[in-house]
Amino acid sequence: MIPQTQVSRREFVKTSVQIAGVLILGFHLPERGGAQELPSGASVKVFKPNAWLRITADNQIKVLVEKPELGQGSRTYTPMLIAEELEVDWSAIQVEQAPTIPSIYQGLRTGGSGGVASTFTPMRQVGAQAREMLISAAAQQWKVKRRDCRAENGTVVHGPTNRRVSYGELVEAASKLPLINPDEITLKQPKDFRLIGKPMPRTDVPSKVDGSAAFGIDVRVPEMLFAVIVRCPSFGGKLQTFDASAAKAVPGVRAIFSVPPLPRHFNTAGGVAVVADSTWAAIQGRKALGLTWDKGPTSETTEALHDSVERQAAAPPTFIAIDRGDAVEVLAGPVKKLEAFYESPFQAHATMEPMNTTVHVRDNEIEVWSPTQFADEVQDEIAKLSGLPLDKVIVHMTLSGGSFGRRYQWDYAAEAWQVAKEMKKPVQLLWTREDDMQHDFYRPYNYQRLCGGFDDQGKLVAWSTRVVTTPISGANLYTGFTESSETLKDPATVAALEWYGADIAPYSIPNFRLDYAPTDSVVPRSWWRSVSSSYTPFAKESFVDELAHARGRDPFQFRMDLLTGTSPDTERLRRVLELAVEKAGWRVPLPKGRGRGIACRSGEVCSAQVAEVSVDDDGTVQVLRVVAAVDCGIAVNPDGVRAMTEGAINFALTAVLTGEITIKDGAVEQSNFHDYQVLRINQAPDVEVHIVPRVEDPSGVGELGAMLIPAAVANAVFAATGVRVRRLPIDPQLLKRSQS
Amino acid sequence: MSRIAVTVNEKEHLIDVAPDTPLLWVLRDSLGLTGTKYGCGMGLCGACTVHLNGEAVRSCQTPVASVGAKKITTIEGLSPDRSHPVQRAWIAEQVPQCGYCQSGQIMQAAAFLAKTPHPTREQIDEGMNGNICRCATYQRIRRAIQRASGQNA
Repeated sequence: MIPQTQVSRREFVKTSVQIAGVLILGFHLPERGGAQELPSGASVKVFKPNAWLRITADNQIKVLVEKPELGQGSRTYTPMLIAEELEVDWSAIQVEQAPTIPSIYQGLRTGGSGGVASTFTPMRQVGAQAREMLISAAAQQWKVKRRDCRAENGTVVHGPTNRRVSYGELVEAASKLPLINPDEITLKQPKDFRLIGKPMPRTDVPSKVDGSAAFGIDVRVPEMLFAVIVRCPSFGGKLQTFDASAAKAVPGVRAIFSVPPLPRHFNTAGGVAVVADSTWAAIQGRKALGLTWDKGPTSETTEALHDSVERQAAAPPTFIAIDRGDAVEVLAGPVKKLEAFYESPFQAHATMEPMNTTVHVRDNEIEVWSPTQFADEVQDEIAKLSGLPLDKVIVHMTLSGGSFGRRYQWDYAAEAWQVAKEMKKPVQLLWTREDDMQHDFYRPYNYQRLCGGFDDQGKLVAWSTRVVTTPISGANLYTGFTESSETLKDPATVAALEWYGADIAPYSIPNFRLDYAPTDSVVPRSWWRSVSSSYTPFAKESFVDELAHARGRDPFQFRMDLLTGTSPDTERLRRVLELAVEKAGWRVPLPKGRGRGIACRSGEVCSAQVAEVSVDDDGTVQVLRVVAAVDCGIAVNPDGVRAMTEGAINFALTAVLTGEITIKDGAVEQSNFHDYQVLRINQAPDVEVHIVPRVEDPSGVGELGAMLIPAAVANAVFAATGVRVRRLPIDPQLLKRSQS
Repeated sequence: MSRIAVTVNEKEHLIDVAPDTPLLWVLRDSLGLTGTKYGCGMGLCGACTVHLNGEAVRSCQTPVASVGAKKITTIEGLSPDRSHPVQRAWIAEQVPQCGYCQSGQIMQAAAFLAKTPHPTREQIDEGMNGNICRCATYQRIRRAIQRASGQNA
């Protein structure tokens, strides 16, 4: 029996990454939360209703944000949610990163676009709890009925007399009150929102225009040293010998020693560390090292991988993920069949801030400064490595210079600890761009075989999809606790990581089968902005387009005709499709060499994109304009939704137009931005984001834009040239030939 | 090692470094001016952009000994209070996401606008093409440059 599964990735993330009962402790152990972050001094009185909020006697309001700030806006949406219920002026709020105390703060991580959704209710409760206690304090002070008092702009007002007292003046009285259970407080209705739903400026922007924003690489502590590690270029290789004599002579170099690889759970390569007075001296010292490697398994190449995924596309599946109706039988019968193969290679994260972490190992205590999106895991892992208890490992989660999934791994923090424990001083381990490019955890190599069948009335009656990947399951740090063969037997894990996004629902096609087969690889893999949805909709939405054209139908209308169900998802999807088409001017004719393409997806967030492209004589594709319609529930910060969508679309365009990580001799061939070419401003289209007005609870959009742009562009290229793109990045040669 | 004098943000500093040390690492590791960022070390991404006598240069490709008497301006010295028109435009257009590349973007844009006060979209794309933003805030960068140049975005 092969189990069927339909686990959304959000469900997966919720159950496996976030802990059920999140926030409970933060509401009930207020005296501990963020204690070291408080202003000191006897004259300052502070009201601490819970672990996330501090109100001082002089009316300063401090919000402690758990979620890492990677650029996605956690330091803006979190205070918005709190301020909404607290009834304070936005400008009164100061923001700090919550300390890494996982017994109190259980959301010290973010992933799967889950930040806004997972904090929407709890963070409003944080503000509401404080507000209700402040109202009680005022009512008691005035000896009036509580129900005659209300909160307004940082004060409590007594309605009948119009008396008014500031929150600051109530700090002492409110602190003496018993805590109010946040679950018993009625939260505001969407119609009463003052902040939620309004475009708010980001709290971190001022510090990001004057150089004062401190990222991991900017950590400066007294007497610190700087280090780099040289790793074996090929995956799975090991250090044989090293000669440090010339390197030791480089001015500023302090120490050179080998670092062992850490096992599978950490997936670090090991190598030789060079520690110096400055980053440059460490890099120069590294260049002077003599090194011999046991290169390990070096047979893997991109060409061999291609052959392997092609074989797996025809091999028996590991399991059948979805089987509605009987697609196999119908497709074997008398239908008009169409079959197509889609391929997308490895991609690097290439965050602008390369991996780094600063660690100070002291007697019985370790202090860590890390640009991570998983602070509590970093703490846990370094505690395990060092044998120290959790509370002796102090982790500061710094700003991150981009992440896109990369900083969900803790390999670089573990390496930094390995180096720092050999030194008596704090050490900042930096990955150079080359290290970062060649030792990433890459977006999986993937290949999909799609087959569709029309009956003799021209109705699309069957569809099958085979997804083949170099799986994250089993290769990834987070899920890789078991060997790949075991992990690959867990359909929920595989669903979440390998094929989520490939289900054709809510298209009404009576027979659908989705199955999966893995391909092995020595290349480390992990999540890359939108995980499997960075490639499954490329195949699905390209193939819908192919089917539409096969029937001579308009691709938008063809999709609408498949959306005949009555589910809410169908309704939402129809609406975003119509909105995108309307705003894009779908039916307005374009000059020769230009085309429009459409793609859509449903789920927690429903969205449709229309891309407009031009194809030059030399086959160069220029994406001119993208219109995105987004239904994400209530848009907490609409400007944040726009920024994320603009960014995710343009981020993913790298993988559509130029970016590709290739493998030769078991190593990555690219090393820097000259050969891993990322999108630059002259290639970046203007993105128009249209948000469907909603009042339902929000879902995250950090990954959304990345899901649809590959198919939207490929479909637009077909409209412009009649050439079907089935492998990314787009090969201009393919289009050049077609143009001539 | 040799003793080298540099003028950064109108302050003179004497530093002991190897003369071929890139200005980037002198700024970051010797002087603690961490607003200037390391991104690629090859002059490919623009994250390390600073001004030498007002001209945008890649500090990762500028040996400190080659600077001489030229005045170095970093993001910390562009204005004392985020009041440079480019900084104001960056705030108004809410450009940064992660923010890591933005020091370099802003320094590049400031030098570009000094030479091209009323750029077209094509000129902006050409002038800013050496600066990578992986959050891909490019369309807001374009708008902010237009705003800073007094053109309606």
